[in-house]
Amino acid sequence: MATISAPHRHLLGIASLATEEIEALLETADGFVDLNRRSDKKLALLRGLTQINLFFESSTRTRTSFELAGKRLGADVVNMSVGASAIKKGETLIDTAMTLNAMHPDVLVVRHHDSGAVALLARHVRCAVINAGDGTHEHPTQALLDALTIRRRRGRIAGLTVAICGDIAHSRVARSNILLLTRLGARVRLVAPPTLLPPGMGPQYGVELFHDMRAGLEGADIVMMLRLQSERMQGSFVPSLREYFRFFGLTWEKLASARPDALIMHPGPMNRGVEIDGVVADDIDRSAILDQVEMGVAVRMACLDHLTRHLREAA
Amino acid sequence: MSRPFAFLGCRLLDPASGLDTTGGLLVRDGRIADLGPHLRADGLGPDIECIDADGLCLAPGLVDMRVRLGEPGSEHKERIDSAVAAAAAGGVTSLAALPDSRPPLDDPAMLEFVARRARKLKSVKVHPCACLTRGGEGRQLAEMGLLREAGAVAFTDGGRAVADARVMLRALAYATTFDLLVVQHPEEPALAAGGAMNEGAVATRLGLPGIPPCAEVILIERDLRLVEATGARYHLGCVSTAAAVEVVRAAKARGLPVSCGVTPHHLLLTEAEVEGYRTYAKVSPPLRTEEDREALIAGLADGTIEVVASDHTPQDQDSKRVPFAQAAFGVVGLETLLAAGLELWHDGRIGLLELLGAMTVRPAALLGIEGGRLALGAAADLLLFDPVARWTVTETGLRSLSKNTAFEGREFRGRAVRTLVDGRTVFAREDAAT
Repeated sequence: MATISAPHRHLLGIASLATEEIEALLETADGFVDLNRRSDKKLALLRGLTQINLFFESSTRTRTSFELAGKRLGADVVNMSVGASAIKKGETLIDTAMTLNAMHPDVLVVRHHDSGAVALLARHVRCAVINAGDGTHEHPTQALLDALTIRRRRGRIAGLTVAICGDIAHSRVARSNILLLTRLGARVRLVAPPTLLPPGMGPQYGVELFHDMRAGLEGADIVMMLRLQSERMQGSFVPSLREYFRFFGLTWEKLASARPDALIMHPGPMNRGVEIDGVVADDIDRSAILDQVEMGVAVRMACLDHLTRHLREAA
Repeated sequence: MSRPFAFLGCRLLDPASGLDTTGGLLVRDGRIADLGPHLRADGLGPDIECIDADGLCLAPGLVDMRVRLGEPGSEHKERIDSAVAAAAAGGVTSLAALPDSRPPLDDPAMLEFVARRARKLKSVKVHPCACLTRGGEGRQLAEMGLLREAGAVAFTDGGRAVADARVMLRALAYATTFDLLVVQHPEEPALAAGGAMNEGAVATRLGLPGIPPCAEVILIERDLRLVEATGARYHLGCVSTAAAVEVVRAAKARGLPVSCGVTPHHLLLTEAEVEGYRTYAKVSPPLRTEEDREALIAGLADGTIEVVASDHTPQDQDSKRVPFAQAAFGVVGLETLLAAGLELWHDGRIGLLELLGAMTVRPAALLGIEGGRLALGAAADLLLFDPVARWTVTETGLRSLSKNTAFEGREFRGRAVRTLVDGRTVFAREDAAT
């Protein structure tokens, strides 16, 4: 079975993964889903290894998901958050890397508010690095868990029409998903007002652009909503919360133009009544939002497993 | 419904189709039921009222793209009913109301309030424009989608330019979501700040602070780059300089979705009007030089400028009978729009159909509203006018609550005789034969 090959000591983005590597990670993760549903969830694959979750940007669900993933595989997991560390006292990112090296971790899970910061850190540490989200660049494990969710609910990804809706411009989730889903053969549409579409996004990324929800959702198999951050609702990118919900919020009315069995996804945390109507989000037949959380743990276990295999082989 | 009627023996002028012929026009149930040279009294049934309009011109009712109604907030200067009466007397059957009232029209409820007040008058059709930015303050986007649903025909901060380039870029980009028309007041605010009239020799002699001509073209050139980046539909409310005309002409040649308007006062008057510190010649953008005026006329004639709008801005005496620098900007114009425009035709500067097109079908098309054409089945929004009748503009003759006309005492040739909206007469000149 393929695994993340030697040059990819790190998982920094979907862009640097080969298609076979993506497939291998999804296969492994699929196996961990069943494990996670058992009462005894513990494996010893990462026993003796140290995993540090280094979050320069606050996060609850992603950090918890990585923490659970590491613990279920038997690793010693330590959480470092920026507020409690020296970074706020002026330590540079490279200083942090040197400090961490001295602690001999085996895996670093890093989230940072600047695009490219995780890659910079990865160049200066001696262990595997997983990007848990860097700026508006990539969030590869989110894209992988979305792919796993779709595959388990629909049986495939190739040929499906996926509509990604909302704040694409500021979304690393959207960028990673665009890369991954187009690679696996899905037809990807982006639905947003032009102020929330990044410049230069279009056919060169293999995506179609829509400014109208009904047109963008027409015949879609998957409707993926993105979170709109509150500071962007106050008139700089969209005029107001109520206008955004009126034209770009997912309601039953707008969803009616998608396929009748279209699956609704959201990376969380949701703004009910902003990008999604709470009633739509809560429909268990249509909403895969909680599946996404479940798949997240399995996918992160798979990433940890693959990135530490060379250590186990060496031992 | 009222009895059908027909205007007979008049000169039919329809800029949209190029029709210019002697004939008749039949109105039934508020709509144009027939028109053309074949319509004569002897061919019409006895149920049809025949109106002899020999010697008069019958055109689509005018569409004025720039009108300040005074409401809400300045009811002592103008009210919706007085503005609508002035419009009807000027031959205007549809107008776009600017949103820079107090409070500004940046909220769907406020917009609907104005539209409903106007509708109740059952007269001239009032189409509100909405603010492009919240409060017209140029900082945050207005709720353009909701405002469009409430009936907004265009988006503009009225007499204020959006100064911040990033806000303008986002406003234009956002407007493309709904294919909205964005109307800019082309004046770079930092360059124009404190200015009272055109910058130049006259201002220097009068000792008045100037507004440099480049304030206009600089903002237009900036915006054109943003239009190019976004593809938004962009209209210049009124331009005043030769440089602006040249830049717009070039932009159109490059295929940009740009349109442009001008006012009658900029077409007929220059900064010389300011002599004697006449505050009724204080307008925004300011009256410029003779060279600029010539360029505006040339631009109108060659289609670079496609709209003539009054920029009707009522100001009471307290706003104008003050030292020039302190006076408010603006002139009333609804009642002189047609006559001032006809001056250019009488002087042989522009064809009658071209002139009327700039006041009817072209603004209607930009605003996406019905009207502005003589076509079968179209609403009978009509203007019957005498093209040669001589009259003199006087304060007492104006129906506007405010009398701040730039043309006081001027003799014009041509004026509205009768104005109809949906086949109903909303204005008929008492001293006229018809």
